[in-house]
Amino acid sequence: MAKRKNILPGFNISLGFTLLYLSLIVLIPLSAAFIKTAEISFAEFWQIVTAPRVVASYKLTFGASLIGALINAVFGLLTAWVLVRYTFPGKKFVDALVDLPFALPTAVAGIALTAIYAKNGWIGAWLEPLGVNVAFTPLGVIVALTFIGLPFVVRTVQPVLEDLEAETEEAAASLGANRLQTFTKIILPAVWPALLTGFALAFARAIGEYGSVIFIAGNMPMVSEITPLIIITKLEQYDYVGATAVAVVMLVISFVLLLAINGLQWWANRNNGADR
Amino acid sequence: MSGINTSQYSRYQSKVARSRATSEPAWVRYLLIGIALSFLSLFLFVPLAAVFTEALRKGFDTYVTALSDPDAFAAIKLTFLAAVIAVPLNLVFGVSAAWAITKFEFKGKSILITLIDLPFAVSPVIAGLIYVLIFGAQGWFGSYLIDNDIKIVFAVPGIVLATIFVTFPFVARELIPLMQAQGKDEEEAGLVLGASGWQILWRITLPNVKWGLLYGVILTNARAMGEFGAVSVVSGHIRGLTNTMPLHVEILYNEYNYAAAFAVASLLALLALVTLALKTFVEWRAARDASLSENASQ
Repeated sequence: MAKRKNILPGFNISLGFTLLYLSLIVLIPLSAAFIKTAEISFAEFWQIVTAPRVVASYKLTFGASLIGALINAVFGLLTAWVLVRYTFPGKKFVDALVDLPFALPTAVAGIALTAIYAKNGWIGAWLEPLGVNVAFTPLGVIVALTFIGLPFVVRTVQPVLEDLEAETEEAAASLGANRLQTFTKIILPAVWPALLTGFALAFARAIGEYGSVIFIAGNMPMVSEITPLIIITKLEQYDYVGATAVAVVMLVISFVLLLAINGLQWWANRNNGADR
Repeated sequence: MSGINTSQYSRYQSKVARSRATSEPAWVRYLLIGIALSFLSLFLFVPLAAVFTEALRKGFDTYVTALSDPDAFAAIKLTFLAAVIAVPLNLVFGVSAAWAITKFEFKGKSILITLIDLPFAVSPVIAGLIYVLIFGAQGWFGSYLIDNDIKIVFAVPGIVLATIFVTFPFVARELIPLMQAQGKDEEEAGLVLGASGWQILWRITLPNVKWGLLYGVILTNARAMGEFGAVSVVSGHIRGLTNTMPLHVEILYNEYNYAAAFAVASLLALLALVTLALKTFVEWRAARDASLSENASQ
């Protein structure tokens, strides 16, 4: 594309305001976390972020987020498929309600999930005789993180499934493929980048989640204590350095995930473009 | 968070009957629908129903009493205040960022877009923490603020700041792809015809993206009113003063006052349902407008 002189006004003011606002609200405050950790030596930093209780919280946070995101990958794909391909009564209502975890405040989700998965709750009462306790165990953390990640996979896969052209599936069928073969060889490769993006988004969202988890987790140190709660606990003890050190570890992991997601989306867009 | 796209309309439009070769037997279809609906029930429908059932468990009178409590009322007021400040600020930012990014070419544009997304990747707890590090008693401006008797964290300004942070990208994220797709031909035509920059913005750009804009505002507002983690860190939890509705729910719940906690929670759940209804309406209107202009241009 030939470089053309841009004649529209407002470049300086709009970019200037954007950068100023971004710096004041996001960049400078975030840098405060990194500057705060510079107050301590690396050895001290390492000791704080690898303390057994903190390490146990990483394992729970990442493990439960991973399982939640995997559950969402499987059932999110299935939900997107059902919403795009089939008709059933109340479908539009169900479709709209998929976004509930985006719209429902996390604290409300937390107490609602606790109420139904507690021993005397609607679902918990059925699980109790089977010896399964969800509320106040790591299992509860997985339930909460599955809830908050639910819309991501559905909403990234849904548009790709809609855009799939029937011709390729017809061609596969006319060449003798059965439905399962068509699904694994034609449909799954096409939705794969979107599925992976949705999975990564759900995973990234789950790692930082706080509100919905603390009610259902029971918050026992070493067992059901998530990393964001460790930060809060340290803050409440006025251990600002300790809280910030753990926060920096989480921030670095979040940045890496954000870059990975951007890369995935770029890859997904390129794949979609190549199909056409 | 894909936002509005025209393909969402096409799925309502093209209910083409699929031939047997490209669909599944009826029993497979019913099985898959059944599994999907069971999954959604377990994680979405049942929790939503539980909020309202628990709220009304002790009768309607208890429900009304819980909501007319002065502390609950103060929490509702503060929640609205935070949203009323955060939403317009992030709206102006979103329009400004989208204008710079979609109408001009400059170095570092993709880095800027990634940085705008940053607040989505940051845990809400950390969003609260960073403002404590800056404005808290031990923070950068701590002694200055104490000397001048200005309270930011553990007071209302901190709650507003944390709310702005967590809702920062929503409007910009909706507008950037939309304005990118629309290009700048119409704006340039306006300029040639003698319109000023503000006239172009008000008469051409904003009307073109009005549904995307509204969509972004709805999402921003929902998140602003419902934010818990970030606000919890900077609030100080002073009843009747620095409690938002989600924080009030937590306090009541931890006091084992379940009926009252769920009563306040039911208001937030209603807000979520209204948000979803508005969102569906906006998507429908945007898709209709898109298909109308498509037909007109054919």
